[in-house]
Amino acid sequence: MSTEVAPDNTSDTEQPATYKVIGTRPIRHDGADKVTGKAVYTDDLHLPNMVFGAFVRSPHAHARIVSIDTSEAEKMPGVLATCTSADLPDPWDKVDNLGEGCVNYAHLSGNVLARKKALYKGHAVAAVAATSSHLAQEAARHIKVEYEPLPATMSVLDAMQDDAPLLHDDLITHTLGDEPARPSNISSHIQFKKGDIDEGFAAADVVIEREFKTATVHQGYIEPHVSVALWNEDGRLKIWTATQGSFVVRQQMSELLKMPVSQITIVPCEIGGGFGGKISVYEQPVAAVLSRKCGRPVKIMMRRDEVFEATGPTPGSFMRVKLGATKDGKLTAGKAWLAFDAGAFPGGVIGPGAMCVFSCYDLPHATVDGFDVVLNKPKTQAYRAPGSTHVAFATECVIDELAEQLEIDPIEFRLNNAAQEGTRRVDGPVYPRVGLVECLQAIQKSDHWKSPLTGPNRGRGVACGFWFNCGLKSSVAANVNADGTVTLVEGSTDIGGTRTSIAMQLAETLGITAEDVIPQVVDTDSVGFTDVTGGSRTTFATGLAAYEAALDIQRQMVEQAAQIWECSPDDITVANGVYQGNGRSLSFKELAVQADKVGKPIVGRGAVDPQGSTNAFAVNLVDVEVDPETGKVTILRYTACQDAGKAIHPSYVEGQIQGGSVQGIGWALNEEYFYDDQGHMRNASFLDYRIPTCYDLPMIDTIIVEVPNPDHPYGVRGVGEVPIVPPPPAIANAIYRATGVRFRELPMSPPTVWNAIKGQNTGE
Amino acid sequence: MKTHVTTTINGGSVEFLCQPRQSLLEVLRDELSLTGCKEGCNNGNCGACTVMLDGLPVNSCLVLAVEAEGAVIETVEGIAEQGHLHPLQQCFLEGAALQCGICTPGFLVAAKALLEKNPQPSEQEIRFGLAGNLCRCTGYDKIVRAVQAAAQTPEAQSPGLSKRPGLLSRTTQTEAKSL
Repeated sequence: MSTEVAPDNTSDTEQPATYKVIGTRPIRHDGADKVTGKAVYTDDLHLPNMVFGAFVRSPHAHARIVSIDTSEAEKMPGVLATCTSADLPDPWDKVDNLGEGCVNYAHLSGNVLARKKALYKGHAVAAVAATSSHLAQEAARHIKVEYEPLPATMSVLDAMQDDAPLLHDDLITHTLGDEPARPSNISSHIQFKKGDIDEGFAAADVVIEREFKTATVHQGYIEPHVSVALWNEDGRLKIWTATQGSFVVRQQMSELLKMPVSQITIVPCEIGGGFGGKISVYEQPVAAVLSRKCGRPVKIMMRRDEVFEATGPTPGSFMRVKLGATKDGKLTAGKAWLAFDAGAFPGGVIGPGAMCVFSCYDLPHATVDGFDVVLNKPKTQAYRAPGSTHVAFATECVIDELAEQLEIDPIEFRLNNAAQEGTRRVDGPVYPRVGLVECLQAIQKSDHWKSPLTGPNRGRGVACGFWFNCGLKSSVAANVNADGTVTLVEGSTDIGGTRTSIAMQLAETLGITAEDVIPQVVDTDSVGFTDVTGGSRTTFATGLAAYEAALDIQRQMVEQAAQIWECSPDDITVANGVYQGNGRSLSFKELAVQADKVGKPIVGRGAVDPQGSTNAFAVNLVDVEVDPETGKVTILRYTACQDAGKAIHPSYVEGQIQGGSVQGIGWALNEEYFYDDQGHMRNASFLDYRIPTCYDLPMIDTIIVEVPNPDHPYGVRGVGEVPIVPPPPAIANAIYRATGVRFRELPMSPPTVWNAIKGQNTGE
Repeated sequence: MKTHVTTTINGGSVEFLCQPRQSLLEVLRDELSLTGCKEGCNNGNCGACTVMLDGLPVNSCLVLAVEAEGAVIETVEGIAEQGHLHPLQQCFLEGAALQCGICTPGFLVAAKALLEKNPQPSEQEIRFGLAGNLCRCTGYDKIVRAVQAAAQTPEAQSPGLSKRPGLLSRTTQTEAKSL
């Protein structure tokens, strides 16, 4: 079931506009390709003379690399090239922003192929290219690597200790205060302050402080990382790859291989999921070097265990959150101490985590301390609202406990304190018009909230979530065809239907149908720079570029009409795609047919770089039943409400909400990296790293709230990421009501829940 | 050394040579260019490689290509007929039941097998029937609804794979050969 609601307190300027295309549900343009097996994903490519690469990976969580001997592998028939970190140029210590996080190229290069040390089990150490994938895997086993194993550190608190094994001898904590004299595993300490927390906590009638832990989890896209590289004899490099951002792959390749961006073409194939995990490069530089060495196209596709062990999971964390409130339910102060693991290299997602921890509430006084900590796990990456899910788990559970102690309804308590226009976040920014209050009200009015939940072992929970959503750079070109259709050329890789949501904005602006637009995602030589498909930005920012391109087309069409009708462009009016002037009137399509015969081609361009955030809020409501005999938690009913600003294609907005909610449910109930005492992941398969199946779930009801974003012509906010944020705390709060136990560790898997219930029953 | 295998794929007779270690998935994709079935895990956990083998949905990554001798195989490429999408494909598109699309071929094959066995499944039967296929994008809601919608179309109940040789006849063939 899905519902769309406009907020009650819509102001005059926010009257819902009447649209012809926006808000409808056309079939996606790439739909037929994707239901017939014709869509070309990277692994579907088979280039002439292509060979296959495979990695050699560290069997140790932490080890010095003493020597690498590739000679035996190189003698095998069918083996064409090998590659180690010695084949990559010496990296430079340079930091770049990739759209959803920064990267230091020295670290990136060392992650692609280990240099002096292997820093986690599965860390790539060498690679080989051979005439078949089987042969490549076999040859990889004949590359001899001598290791000197070192002690590993696997949890964030352990890694912060003074006597913890150091991953990087030169890592000095980056902090605003005095630089420490000695290296450590703490790569940075960030702090945000607002007001005076001592004053704030003194004014509180109730203060609650709790500690939380979350396990490392993976984005879990179904398509493994895969690339084909062709390094040509003229020095040009072409890479077909599964990526969220072809231009950021080009940027990374340029820096890692020290060659100009103009020598590199990245062809984004269809991509089988990303969720933040397909932004950093892994196999691309290695495939490129192998191709250079053997003169043939090289394909590398990771096995699933390699994806789990060696690509970006999102961090495990330890968090302490303290909140105070008055008797009448006003929050007075908040304090958070957050330590996130970054994996083997600095630069995890603690930044956004620290910014989001109190982002749903109007807190007069707050302090947030955040620590980025390296340890012997794969380098962490963004995962859908990176960092926000962790901190929402902590804050929303404490909020629920406060409401309970104060005997205030949990939604009323949140409404009392909800962030709204003018609220200043702890890290500084002041919100423009946002929709948290409207989402809470929509949940309050929902049939779900109004329906009583009865029965033993059942409970209901609610939680809020926030994600910034970003703008960043996008480019499109739009060409008017002789039949009045428009070809839309864009650089945003399409992971979930954005060809259509972008095309719909062009169509709405021009007054044509969504089907009259033919969108194409093209390579990096064929469109202007476009940032990643990430940050919930694509429908917002690339949509904005399409809107600009449409206005550009409209200006040119007016000029053509003036020429045809022999009048001044000033005498021509355009409304709903109808051009009128000099007593005549033509639709866009009719005019395009005539213009094709008389004038120059009509080519629209759109290039944008919107700054700041578009601020998405979500509220989830969940009913669970806990099996006291097994600890298994069953989701009985789920309602996810979100402010989309404006839903361009409501089906795909619902899809983002449902998909994000279910990823959050998986994170809450099952997903985690199991490490043994050697630092080896013991569940690197989809059998043992258990993401939700459809048998684990009910329907996910959605409520789309539309509080328009003032910075977009159609009010779009972006929708992709925030849906994953509220599920873990909403479910924890529901399990508490079902069992009487407050869970403060993720995942709340059957053994954890069963043990806690047992402990409660036996008074332990 | 390679083995010669003769099969029927999407209604046509197909012969191929394969190594004993090659999976059916590998041969379909790399030797026969039927890249609609996808490799997500290569160990039978994600269902992206689902194809019909003698009337039953199987993970083609867990079937050796040599086992396809004499078998009748249907892949996602064979679901649309004569330029027309199958009702399931149409309902997946109308219901926005795909996002990235990598799992879609496997879901379509599995859902078609389900509807042929049980033309009017309940929601729980659909969820149970598709539990071997992982989707990380949609949360499954729209996939389940698309299958429900397809079950309501008259075409969904038209003769399809159910009229082709089933498991029983396959077993019979194998036994006959071993005799």
